[in-house]
Amino acid sequence: MVDKPRSFQEIILRLQAYWAAKGCAILQPYDMEVGAGTFHPATTLRALGSKPWAAAYVQSSRRPTDGRYGENPNRLQHYYQYQVIIKPSPPDLQELYLGSLAAIGIDASMHDIRFVEDDWESPTLGAWGLGWEVWCDGMEVSQFTYFQQVGGHDCKPVSGELTYGLERLAIYILGVDHVMDMPFNDPQTPIPLTYGDVFRQTEQEYARWNFDVADTKILLEHFEHAEAECQRILDMPAHDPKKDMQIIMVHPAYDQCIKASHLFNLLDARGVISVTERQAYIGRVRALAKACADAFVQTDAGGAVA
Amino acid sequence: MPDLLIELFSEEIPARMQKRASEDLQKLVTDGLVEAGLTYAGAAAFATPRRLTLALDGLTAESKPVREERKGPKVGAPDKAIDGFLRGAGVAREDLEVRDDKKGQVYFAVIEKPGRMAADIVAEVLEQAIRNFPWPKSMRWGAGTLKWVRPLHSILCILTDEAGAAIVPLDVDGITSGNTTRGHRFLAPDTFSVVSFDDYEAKLKRAHVVLRPDERAEAIWAEATNQAFALGLEVVEDRGLLAEVAGLVEWPVVLLGKIDDDFLGLPSEVLQTSMKEHQKFFSVRNPKTGRIERFVTVANMETADNGATILAGNQKVLSARLADAKFFWENDLRVAKAGMGPWLESLGNVTFHNKLGSQKDRIERIETWAEKIAPFLNADVELCKEAARVAKADLSSEMVYEFPELQGLMGRYYCKAAGLHDAVAAACQGHYSPLSPIDEVPTVGVVVAVALADKLDILTGFWSINEKPTGSKDPFALRRACLGIIRLELLNHTRLPLLDFFKEMIKGHFDDSELVDASIDDKAKDLLSFFHDRLKVFLKDKGIRHDIIDACIAMPGNDDLTLLVKRAEALAATLATDDGENLIQGFKRANNILTQAEDKDGVEYSYGADIKFAEDVAEKALFAALDAADAKIAPAMESEDFSTAMTAMAALRGPIDQFFTDVQVNAESELIRRNRLNLLSRIRKICLSVADLTKVEG
Repeated sequence: MVDKPRSFQEIILRLQAYWAAKGCAILQPYDMEVGAGTFHPATTLRALGSKPWAAAYVQSSRRPTDGRYGENPNRLQHYYQYQVIIKPSPPDLQELYLGSLAAIGIDASMHDIRFVEDDWESPTLGAWGLGWEVWCDGMEVSQFTYFQQVGGHDCKPVSGELTYGLERLAIYILGVDHVMDMPFNDPQTPIPLTYGDVFRQTEQEYARWNFDVADTKILLEHFEHAEAECQRILDMPAHDPKKDMQIIMVHPAYDQCIKASHLFNLLDARGVISVTERQAYIGRVRALAKACADAFVQTDAGGAVA
Repeated sequence: MPDLLIELFSEEIPARMQKRASEDLQKLVTDGLVEAGLTYAGAAAFATPRRLTLALDGLTAESKPVREERKGPKVGAPDKAIDGFLRGAGVAREDLEVRDDKKGQVYFAVIEKPGRMAADIVAEVLEQAIRNFPWPKSMRWGAGTLKWVRPLHSILCILTDEAGAAIVPLDVDGITSGNTTRGHRFLAPDTFSVVSFDDYEAKLKRAHVVLRPDERAEAIWAEATNQAFALGLEVVEDRGLLAEVAGLVEWPVVLLGKIDDDFLGLPSEVLQTSMKEHQKFFSVRNPKTGRIERFVTVANMETADNGATILAGNQKVLSARLADAKFFWENDLRVAKAGMGPWLESLGNVTFHNKLGSQKDRIERIETWAEKIAPFLNADVELCKEAARVAKADLSSEMVYEFPELQGLMGRYYCKAAGLHDAVAAACQGHYSPLSPIDEVPTVGVVVAVALADKLDILTGFWSINEKPTGSKDPFALRRACLGIIRLELLNHTRLPLLDFFKEMIKGHFDDSELVDASIDDKAKDLLSFFHDRLKVFLKDKGIRHDIIDACIAMPGNDDLTLLVKRAEALAATLATDDGENLIQGFKRANNILTQAEDKDGVEYSYGADIKFAEDVAEKALFAALDAADAKIAPAMESEDFSTAMTAMAALRGPIDQFFTDVQVNAESELIRRNRLNLLSRIRKICLSVADLTKVEG
């Protein structure tokens, strides 16, 4: 019998321990609002270039349009993804992945685990890959992707990326019906907390703000500023006169790209972006992502030969 | 005669690609083998989520030696020419033979290709097949450059004859061939070796893999219908889904589950679509209530609890999905009941085409046209306008955003919920019809009016901006829209003056200043001839010849499709009779004689023949027959009774034939000759008043 975790956090801790044991660097969440764990520079940028890489981390992810005031059993505007990225993708990545499911209490002999075609594409990142959504008893528990291109660059070697939707996975493993009822910490502790204790109120607050209150004029201005700053940073000469060395400021520029992307999502949730404009906005964010990717491959971490 | 077995074992192949891939593998390998000089007795290819398999039996053990002679340059030709020939033929200069030819001495290369062992050929052909495989989308993995649909893990390739099985050695980017494979990912993950196809298929089955896709599909369907039947229910048939599900499992296990009571109030189409699109579930219907009450899911796993955990999980996922659908449904109902205002507003942000404005612009135009079309259908004008206004409102609804294939259908539900007239609700769904040549054609006036207005707006719009279908390219489905209008008009006997509508609508797509009237006329006429072309295709399928249609298109009022087709049908029926067929001959003879005489004499013989100059009995009889025909045809044409008119015309066959038998048109007397030519002119006039018979072949 598989030893089942008892709380949301225990699932996270077990994933951390498992992937650490498999040799991944356990990173911390990126300190910015992103739509998915993929936006973390540890994935987007590190998937580029020739240097081997292995990392795993939790990333809080925001999807303003998915807000349901905390009422839907598993749809949230703020949720957590667990992200694993290994470059080059190892030949036994599927087995490693299934091992991680066992580690968090999914006994493969009792469940129906399947790899169902799902090609991944991020128009805002200029990225795509092939892979699957992984189903456990009909529920999508992970996204499994072999990156082929990021920021318009071919991925050579190819990174294998795993993304776990933590809340949905945990609801299932812990056997609760509603995300808000899920134990966040151990139910046996003196102060047991549910997911709802931690996030119900914030879901309501953000849903209201996202859908009805966010000042779209200000958001639009922020978008323009982020876009301009990203370009300005990348336009700076690589040579830093003060230190008299090459410093290409990819990450500060990429931060602005992330900001622009999230602002676009907020504007989208407010319903102020028309279908025609939508494509234009996505194109603008993609241009930033591409410029960051172009810059990253000029750097040491991006595999450039000095 | 050895048998060949190939298995390409990979990570999960998308279900939709499996069938095609197994066919491609068979084609690439067999073509390659035959090309290299091998033959085989039979071939069969299979696919599961993790493997493509090809089995050939009766393969020749080696290819025959081949001797080829090639004629080269003349002896004494420049070295450059000879070297080029040597390179092409792959031989050395000293191996060339000199032979006498008509023009002198010529070099000949004799190329001897020894026979090759089947294994060598198979290895080469398979490697090429793998490297050039036509996947719709393929990928690289790890640090390699090989492309496959998903990472390729192993290659099984063996030749089996009486002496036993032998591995065909082959190495594709580090993947070496062998004689082993694996069973089910969880139920039998170990590797095992095989010696033949029979052995392979049997061992796979023991290892919980059903190799044949048909066998998996049949097993799923049989088990699903059995389980449903036991509960007095029926599975909603869906062949596409069945094929897909069979491509998602190697070992199908069918499980029947319940839909939570909370969701049984959702429209059954929503339940079906959500279950199919998101979960790949079959819907299970209660034949007594017609409601979808249960579902069938197909697992790829046998468990100790007979699937209880799996089923419970699936039920829970479904409930979450349906909770979302319910959320959309309830939100949408609120908007619908409040008059759909926000939906219509937001369609202003949805571009239909950058030169033809937004969906909102389009809806406003459709409303205008529906209003003008309504009287032709005796449909209530206000209802038509209302239907046009709301017919596309559901495009902004949350449910249609989630499930685009439910457009129209949701509109119908929402209109009903909003208390709108049944015909208005029906128009939401019906105005898209007919979508295919076999799709049902609406008959309710309001629905037909909106359907016509919608399609006419599309066609005149794209004609205005010169985006017409060319060859196989028809990105805006204009041919389909045109055929839709044809079928709508014919079935409902609608009498729209299309040309007037075209002109007005094309003009409406522009500001007044942009287009001169002549250009509008040209576009409208061009569009009408597009309609006529489509109509020909449509009527040809109904057994009416293109020349008959041409004969009718040449008549006035040809933009009234109902009239046009009525005429064509009457003409076709007439021509199918003996009299009708022979009348054509008589008409043509009369017309030819007349045309020649008119050309020669430089006059038109249309002054009216006079019976007092008639000499012959047959001539007098023709006068009488033409008078009788005139008396019948004119009023019949007046009342568009083509079949009476044409029957009367066909009755002329006897008198005309008799006339040509007994009477010489070119009489000695110029007076009598002219009178007879004027008589022929009456034949021509009568016949051409019905249809342009000059266009009829035969």
